[in-house]
Amino acid sequence: MKIEGKIFVYGDDINTDVIFPGKYTYEPMTPEQMGEHALEDLDPDFVKKVEEGDVIVAGKNFGCGSSREQAAISIKAAGCRAIIARSFARIFYRNCLNSGLFAITDDKIQADVNPGDKIEIDLENGKIAVGEKQYSFPPPSPEVFGILEAGGLIPYTRNKIASEK
Amino acid sequence: MGKTLAEKILAKNANLAEVSPGQIITARPDVVLSHDNSSAISGHFEKLGVEKVASPDKIAIILDHIVPAATETYAKGHQKIRRFVEKQGITHFYDVGCGICHQVLPEMGLVLPGTVVLGSDSHTTTHGAFGAFAAGIGRSEAAVIWATGEMWLRVPESFKIILEGKFDKWTSPKDLALAIIGNIGADGAIYKSVEFCGRGLRQMDIPGRMVLSNLAAEMGAKAGICVPDEKVMHWLKGRTAKEIELVLPDDDAEYERELTFDLEKIEPVIARPHTVDNVDLARNAGDIQVDQVLIGTCTNGRIEDLHAALEILKGRKISRGVRLLVFPASREIYIEASLDNTLAELAQSGATIMNPGCGPCLGAHQGVMAPGEVTVSTANRNFKGRMGCPDADIYLASPYTAAATALTGCITDPRDI
Repeated sequence: MKIEGKIFVYGDDINTDVIFPGKYTYEPMTPEQMGEHALEDLDPDFVKKVEEGDVIVAGKNFGCGSSREQAAISIKAAGCRAIIARSFARIFYRNCLNSGLFAITDDKIQADVNPGDKIEIDLENGKIAVGEKQYSFPPPSPEVFGILEAGGLIPYTRNKIASEK
Repeated sequence: MGKTLAEKILAKNANLAEVSPGQIITARPDVVLSHDNSSAISGHFEKLGVEKVASPDKIAIILDHIVPAATETYAKGHQKIRRFVEKQGITHFYDVGCGICHQVLPEMGLVLPGTVVLGSDSHTTTHGAFGAFAAGIGRSEAAVIWATGEMWLRVPESFKIILEGKFDKWTSPKDLALAIIGNIGADGAIYKSVEFCGRGLRQMDIPGRMVLSNLAAEMGAKAGICVPDEKVMHWLKGRTAKEIELVLPDDDAEYERELTFDLEKIEPVIARPHTVDNVDLARNAGDIQVDQVLIGTCTNGRIEDLHAALEILKGRKISRGVRLLVFPASREIYIEASLDNTLAELAQSGATIMNPGCGPCLGAHQGVMAPGEVTVSTANRNFKGRMGCPDADIYLASPYTAAATALTGCITDPRDI
């Protein structure tokens, strides 16, 4: 799995209320509709500029706050394929993987990159390239890789249950 | 080497001799809780290709987030949940009006020491007050537990927070919890199990412990467990027929970090907008005029909190121009506060008494804010837009400070009343 796109850069403690406001959490929405609200109270330009394959680079504690899965789903549905942050809030981290959105913990990239830079991520080999600069990360475990490949925990579990029958 | 409380509970749950931090285990949660989001979870469940849930008696569904339904959309969500509950024979279903999931679950005797509670709500940590390992999960994960009864968990490293001394009058566990978050930061305990212990904890009542465990979520913690004692046994008496076993940490357990807080040194504090770790003394607030005061939520909607508010407000009128909203956290609390006249006296002071539920904490109904407005809230989050409007400010405080603020109309240290 390879991810290629441009970078959006954000700061520390980006919480789930600015990613996907609470007022929408109990509205039944398709992933595409959720995607229209991604980062609504943080950066209203995000949904206008994001394209398939783009990547968010952020600071510490990304996704803190509510357990709402739509925070991760909305970012993925908007087209973003990975988030690289200095650290993640744990429920959000699980929600990302479970929604098929890759989350990478890295404390160096944020200081090096600018909004709009081109980025390439090679998941199998744990490599990231931004221009001339190269970074590495521990590749996902086979189970996590399986979840990402299946497109999230639900399709992954469905396949598993079907194969056990 | 000894084991922490989290390690002992998770080993017991996974039927392993012992577990260590970093280890991935398959947990079989004793309870999986969800609320209005059960509508979406049931949608995920239906995609999994199984007809029946694995254990209908281990699923607890409590309607609390937008109750009674504010719009047709929400009403349809509740209707879908009721139909799912009926079809699946789910034992522990609590409909509109029972209260907030994190209050109702313990009241119904569904949270026992040494058990594992997973919930599709970030403040599931609250149940750590009873010596349970309780952590928040996502909706997909809840659906998978409904179907399989299992979920993988990473055994967390543990922090030990030792509490010494006693609170001064007009300070409370909320001030302590905010002070801890101000000290270690909103990401200070990401992924960790925070274990509260010490003489200060032992003298704290169960509702106070629930405040600490609730706000562990705002330190980033996976779980916030209070070392259980006879007070837990006493509180659960008459609420469960099950045998209770207190799981305790080993004396020589290994902790990644140890911190000590002296309760006597805690003063009334606030968390300024827009992060919970933006903590300052209430006395340093400056002249902040307030439009709304909210007393309630899974953090501070218990009878002790309503009594604290009444201590300040009894026989007095709130400031002109302030809207004071009071939400008892459960029907049990509502009834108790009705019978002892607390609700009537708060109403006489000018409070609007609301039904048990989450209220405007999540910004969907019952007191959302307008641009430029300021709310002082006893809830647990002050994020931008949290109460429905990104151009409004939320300050977090204790019930004492919230009530003092309602009285004067600007943020006030309760010791100054």
